[in-house]
Amino acid sequence: MAPAQKSEYRGYVHQMQKTLMVNWYERLGESALKGWPPAVCLMVSGNCIELLQAFDVLPIYPEVNALQLAIRHQSLEPIVAAEEIGYASDNCAYVKADIGAYLKGITPTGNKMPTAALILCNFVGCNTYLKWFEHVSAFTGAPMYVLDVPFLRYDKPTADDITYVVKQLKELVGLLEGITHTKFDYDRFKQAVQYSAEVESLWSEIKHLSKHSPSPFDAYFDAITLMGPLYVYRASSVGVDFFRAALQELKERVANGQGVYDEERFRIVVEGPPPYPHFKTFRDMFAKWRACTVASTYSTVGGLWEFGFRHDPENPFESVALHMIENNVTNRNYLQRYAQIERYADEWKADGVIIHFVKSCRLFSAGQGDMRDYFTKVLKRPTLYIESDLEDPRYFSEAQIRNRMDAFFESLEHQKTMANVAGE
Amino acid sequence: MNPDNGIDLAGILGQAATMAQDVTFQSVRGWKAQHENAKAIGYFPVYTPVELIHAAGALPVGLNGAGDQLDIQHADARFGSFICSIVKTTMELALTGHLEPLDGMLFHSICDSARNLCFVYKRHFAENLYVDFLHLPHNPSSVASQEFLVSEYRRLKKNLENLTNRTVTDQDIRLAIKVYNENRRALSDLYRYRQEEPHMLPTAELYVLQRAGNFMPVEEHTQWLKAVRQALPNRPMKRRDSIRVVVEGSFCEQPPIGFIKILEGAGCYVVDDDFLLGKRWFTEDVPIGDDPIHDLAESYVQRSVYSSVRHDWRKPRFLGLVEKVKAGKADAVVFCLAKFCEPAFFDYVLFKRELEKEGIPHLLIEFEEKMFTFDRARTEIETFVESLLFE
Ligand code: SF4
Ligand code: SF4
Repeated sequence: MAPAQKSEYRGYVHQMQKTLMVNWYERLGESALKGWPPAVCLMVSGNCIELLQAFDVLPIYPEVNALQLAIRHQSLEPIVAAEEIGYASDNCAYVKADIGAYLKGITPTGNKMPTAALILCNFVGCNTYLKWFEHVSAFTGAPMYVLDVPFLRYDKPTADDITYVVKQLKELVGLLEGITHTKFDYDRFKQAVQYSAEVESLWSEIKHLSKHSPSPFDAYFDAITLMGPLYVYRASSVGVDFFRAALQELKERVANGQGVYDEERFRIVVEGPPPYPHFKTFRDMFAKWRACTVASTYSTVGGLWEFGFRHDPENPFESVALHMIENNVTNRNYLQRYAQIERYADEWKADGVIIHFVKSCRLFSAGQGDMRDYFTKVLKRPTLYIESDLEDPRYFSEAQIRNRMDAFFESLEHQKTMANVAGE
Repeated sequence: MNPDNGIDLAGILGQAATMAQDVTFQSVRGWKAQHENAKAIGYFPVYTPVELIHAAGALPVGLNGAGDQLDIQHADARFGSFICSIVKTTMELALTGHLEPLDGMLFHSICDSARNLCFVYKRHFAENLYVDFLHLPHNPSSVASQEFLVSEYRRLKKNLENLTNRTVTDQDIRLAIKVYNENRRALSDLYRYRQEEPHMLPTAELYVLQRAGNFMPVEEHTQWLKAVRQALPNRPMKRRDSIRVVVEGSFCEQPPIGFIKILEGAGCYVVDDDFLLGKRWFTEDVPIGDDPIHDLAESYVQRSVYSSVRHDWRKPRFLGLVEKVKAGKADAVVFCLAKFCEPAFFDYVLFKRELEKEGIPHLLIEFEEKMFTFDRARTEIETFVESLLFE
């Protein structure tokens, strides 16, 4: 076998996203110091950043903070601090890291974090969100609003689902007016929705680029890099500029035949969040086999756009509602997730599926054994199932995961060889 | 037969104990045999609007896992590590044909594991089983919540009408509300009685009596509850040295009956609990007005008990727990939490914090429905009780 590959490329896009995220943390730091602009805590999944943008309110994403801590190898201390006050070893470690960091005054960048003017729990699928934000509210004393989004129990939302969410969004407008002492400007909201629509088209185009072989980027590991700006800047011109540049850079790579590796050996679909505390180690396990992820469910947590959905400036409230109900992976039902993966595997021409079971996250993981059964037995697709955690560094058994990954790729290689022999 | 009042208390409790643990659902089969073409609709905990099922002429069947009555052979592989047992036993019950008497199965927005289970059910069983998911709203401060829940209940009603092939009238629903109000009232009477005279009604008995109601027509169950209530004061029971405790955290997966007995045997009078919480869901009767679906929805949004699976930040749950402790004149709280129950373990943190603020002692015991040795739990509870009794 060829020697292991360096696992990542570092293009302009990566640099630019870093700058954008640093700017965001700096603005949060400023808000903490001056008490202005107000900041609102919300969840990444099906977020309604458009409405916040219309009021110039800064988003705080506790999930992004938690993952930043993990990727910087700083998550263990806050997790342990949270366990000391009673959190269970198997409670979602994102929550533990976030609460523990609050208790210990740790922030991902060392900058101060503002106290949220509002804890906005956009309940989009994950029941842990409700607990998490209840706890943040209880510990910080900040007021809370739960924007209850009906779970997508059928293929499509009902008219009542949409009405329900729209009415709550309008209540939220009232709350934001109170926080900012500003009257709601409908045109600014429409403009924010318009920016989102543009970003979504660009992002969707990027996601379809990984249909090329070789794929110009890794749709799991690199997609994660692009996800920060997608949530923080989606509804602004900054977001549009960033994704335009990203698309251009990646298109150039396609035109030049540049893939993630000098030779793309395998095309993989990944299901489940990554093990952030061991992000690089995990990525290297793919790189060793020149295995490129061409699609991932995790990159659709904030929104699922590659199948066509866009925000609509002509119907801004309804489209924000539709995004929250129907167009993000967390609020879609489990069988829709099967269908999503299946579609990726077919249309993005994948060789196999890797299911990453994350101990913290029942939303993703409960039932993944059944999912594996479906993909291996019903669809007859090569499927690997591995377990670790997205935030807790203690739950990652490197040797075992590596062995399983190696065995999986070896068998894929074997199948490829056999197929080639048969085809000759 | 008790010669005093003609009520066969031991007989009722014995039957209830058998029914409560019967994973072959003989009573449901028996009911169906007597009611031609009638349907039985199962529901996963914690709460479901049983009135709508009843109004459709169907028998609501509350599932609470399989306790220690079933060996899990298939469901483990589908649900894997870190998932509570009830999700697995509920899957196993269906995979092994135990749910054959059921025609439908309802799930609700209580937690991520149960939610995914609903859709795994759909994949495997939807051909022969009506499987549905009810979104019970989490934003009670919004008037839109009530309207939404009305629409959700109307949707359910329509699906039940299709399944049972009959039209459900408002009057049917009003009647159903009436019989369930009676049932909840009869249960509350027993809870109140136990709170006053805990030595007269051991919790293990109250528990099976309550749980048997999951598998029988509500009207008959209410008769049982009333009969038991009437017979209780005549029992020769002795007081023991015990502390008064509130049990919290067993709202979904249920501890084994053996565990409940240990709790009492080790010196706890349970003066309130959240076992089978859905059966005592409302703080008041559901009103019976012109629009009964609205009455049900409004009751859910405005007058539900606090629960780890219902979110209402107008009043944090931890305040509800403290009130419960005070109302029951309890000495302590025993948290009985199902292993891997995410909602219960999250709530534990804020409950604990508040109890400590209030100076209320508490103990955490983790259980699994299928556990069968209780030595460790017994020792922990005994030590806790002693520390309070002799402090
Ligand atoms: S349970 Fe999963 S989706 Fe929910 S907060 Fe935790 S990691 Fe995120
Ligand atoms: S026991 Fe807890 S985690 Fe399990 S299904 Fe019930 S509520 Fe969900």
